[in-house]
Amino acid sequence: QGLDDMDPIEFRLPHTIQRPAVAPSHGPKAHTTRPIVTGTSVVAFKYKDGIIMAADCLASYGSLARYRNEKRLMAVGETTLLGVSGDMSDFQHMQHTLESLLTQEYDMDDGQTLGTKSVYKCISNIMYNRRTKGDPLWNSYVIAGVDNGQKMLGYVDLYGTTYQSTSIATGYGGHLAQPILRRLVEGREDEVTEEEAVQILDECMRVLFYRDARSLSKIRRAKVTAQGVEISEPYTLETNWDFAESITGYGS
Amino acid sequence: MTSIGTGYDLSVSTYSPDGRVFQVEYAQKAVDNSGTALGLRVKDGVVLAVEKIKHSRLLVPHANRRIMTAGKHIGVATAGWISDTRHLVKRVRDEARDYRSTYKVDIPAKIIAERTGMYAQAYTLYSAVRPFGVSTIIGTVDADGPQLYMIEPSGQYVGYRGCAAGKGKQVAKTEIEKLNLDQMTAREAIKEAARIIYAAHDDSKDKLFELELSWICAESNGLHTHVPQNLFDEAIQHAERSLNDDEDDDEMEGDDE
Repeated sequence: QGLDDMDPIEFRLPHTIQRPAVAPSHGPKAHTTRPIVTGTSVVAFKYKDGIIMAADCLASYGSLARYRNEKRLMAVGETTLLGVSGDMSDFQHMQHTLESLLTQEYDMDDGQTLGTKSVYKCISNIMYNRRTKGDPLWNSYVIAGVDNGQKMLGYVDLYGTTYQSTSIATGYGGHLAQPILRRLVEGREDEVTEEEAVQILDECMRVLFYRDARSLSKIRRAKVTAQGVEISEPYTLETNWDFAESITGYGS
Repeated sequence: MTSIGTGYDLSVSTYSPDGRVFQVEYAQKAVDNSGTALGLRVKDGVVLAVEKIKHSRLLVPHANRRIMTAGKHIGVATAGWISDTRHLVKRVRDEARDYRSTYKVDIPAKIIAERTGMYAQAYTLYSAVRPFGVSTIIGTVDADGPQLYMIEPSGQYVGYRGCAAGKGKQVAKTEIEKLNLDQMTAREAIKEAARIIYAAHDDSKDKLFELELSWICAESNGLHTHVPQNLFDEAIQHAERSLNDDEDDDEMEGDDE
């Protein structure tokens, strides 16, 4: 289909964006310019037994809610929990890289396993090096684990920015969920029980579903404790849209 | 040293008049002078065992492993030069990683055997390099079930139900042939492997040795792991008991940690 006679809207859709068929061998390097299939917020915080984390099951294709049973939470070895938002193919690349890394560590046969701090540093190195090349992996990672009894919760993004905190949320979660977490969890991380943590987490994810236009109410939750990583089956949040009736013009 | 190959044995790229490549045969001698290694392919898994001859009492137990892992699901036991082994195992690991990176499945036994065999064979083509002085026993469980291959210094590789290499290979092979491998379970095979290593060990040559035992089976979740301590201890007891019962042998009790 020629560029000139294409419908102007279709022209802009992800699958019809024009790219050179083959990268010229002597031309400029093609760099990542935009994410294609994306996941939205990841929310995580420290609680009494470890760290709890949640992400919805959606991988969007622009504004299309395309893949509705995606896993955006992953276990790395026995000790570390990884949550990701951003480009899903870049996440898959990271998954393969980490799997290969874990296999190499297994082959070493020295009785040691990769701890959370090490996984965190590996991911940050990869992310920062990619950004320096101008070809980032378009993701935000939330890395959690219990290392030697110490709870660790960290963040790495496509720029290579890293930080650790009691509560972390990526994307819209940073705007909508983080204030909730700061109010309810910060300073109390050793008191919050699992039951309370689940309630707080569900409430954050609910708010995100109400307000983030690229989110889904079907979510997965995971926790990492000294005993290891546990990722739940998907479940759907209950929502109440009754308020819509009180707003003129909202809904039908 | 015999003078059989005089003139035709200086380079691996030279044939002798009777069609032999002496350098490859000499490499085989390096294998024959090393501690015994064996593999058993049984009904539900593969067991590998090595007689790790210790050259000093100062060596830390369990250090300097002779049995190595590639790609999580492949076990490699060798007889021969340990330094050549490390090089070969690095190659096995690279091949396994590369295959997985391309096809997203674990490399099948037949293919890793072929890759290793072809790699070893390449070192028999050029006078600038020497053949590997290692016989490599590769065990894994893939979609076709448990499999065992042995790759020799020449690059020749053959699939086996049971194989052995190194000093005690004659004794080991004789013992292996007596076993009913197709009906045996991995748990039974561990004990037999230990017993055969102890039987093949010649105390008059090297007093100090350590048994290394590993397996790939359902119990290990399809991963190549060293046999769990309790099973390992049982295997050693079985081996030592068999030695004591054997009145024809004049071997003493094997030493171990």
